[in-house]
Amino acid sequence: MKKQLYYEDVEVGSEVIPLAKIATTEMLVKWAGATGDFNPLHYEDAFAASQGVGSPIVHGALKRAWLGHLMTDWIGEQGVLNRLSCQYRGMDYPRKMKDMATPEEGETWWCKGTVTKKYVEDDQHIVECDIWVENGKGEKTTPGTATVILPSREAKS
Amino acid sequence: MQQASIITDEMKEQLGVEGTPTILEVEKGHIRMMAEALDDPNPLWQDEEYAKKTRYGGIIAPPALLCNARAGTGRGVQMKSPFLRALAGGDELEYYLPVRPGDVITSVSKITEYNEREGRRGKMLFTIIETTYKNQRGEVVATSRSASISY
Repeated sequence: MKKQLYYEDVEVGSEVIPLAKIATTEMLVKWAGATGDFNPLHYEDAFAASQGVGSPIVHGALKRAWLGHLMTDWIGEQGVLNRLSCQYRGMDYPRKMKDMATPEEGETWWCKGTVTKKYVEDDQHIVECDIWVENGKGEKTTPGTATVILPSREAKS
Repeated sequence: MQQASIITDEMKEQLGVEGTPTILEVEKGHIRMMAEALDDPNPLWQDEEYAKKTRYGGIIAPPALLCNARAGTGRGVQMKSPFLRALAGGDELEYYLPVRPGDVITSVSKITEYNEREGRRGKMLFTIIETTYKNQRGEVVATSRSASISY
């Protein structure tokens, strides 16, 4: 079991614990199935080319879901994710599969964040963060923000 | 003379019009599929024994479950654009209540804004869509605001 994060543990500038992700064509297929998003932009070479993005791209919503995973991991079971926003600024291209289980060598994405604000309002201990998905070159393809409520050690009785 | 706007009267008429509701019956299997697709092993999404001991008292859905196609990306609204290509621009979600297996989530969307912009690839149209997600008790579990870019 992971250690619970408390409001008192974070300061402005604190880092959200980074989360690594590897987008593969397999993952995109699974995501399409799980969400019902069957836009061929995410699996059809010719269609993706006709849309001007070159080849199939990672779903924006999948990158948003990665950022959700980043935050829910960090805040733990007692934290609450209140708000999450992100912008799909840069295209990301999945690794192809080498065989049934192994992706080709290539890019690893990192989901990261930093605390920008913390305050107490209506007895809730609120923390705001800048968050983003970074590609293998360190470019922020998916910047965003999140607001979470953390438990407080002091408020505990 | 101003250049003709790509936002037609027909498009303007759609502003604020609620689209066809999308209904999502939340199932454990669907939550598991999503957690696997995400590679997110959080036991709160899958492990009933673990989740029972938390303040939720049972499995809940990861935040990503909402605002996906099955929960209403098609969104039931009349999206019109003079362009053939479209990409997701961004999303903003606010979460109010947990979503659990057995919940029936009804989402209703409306177009709230059009913006024309000049981009690298020429003219682009930003369409802003707002969605409200309610559970079977009529409680708002989440709202979202999404930008679709066509070009």
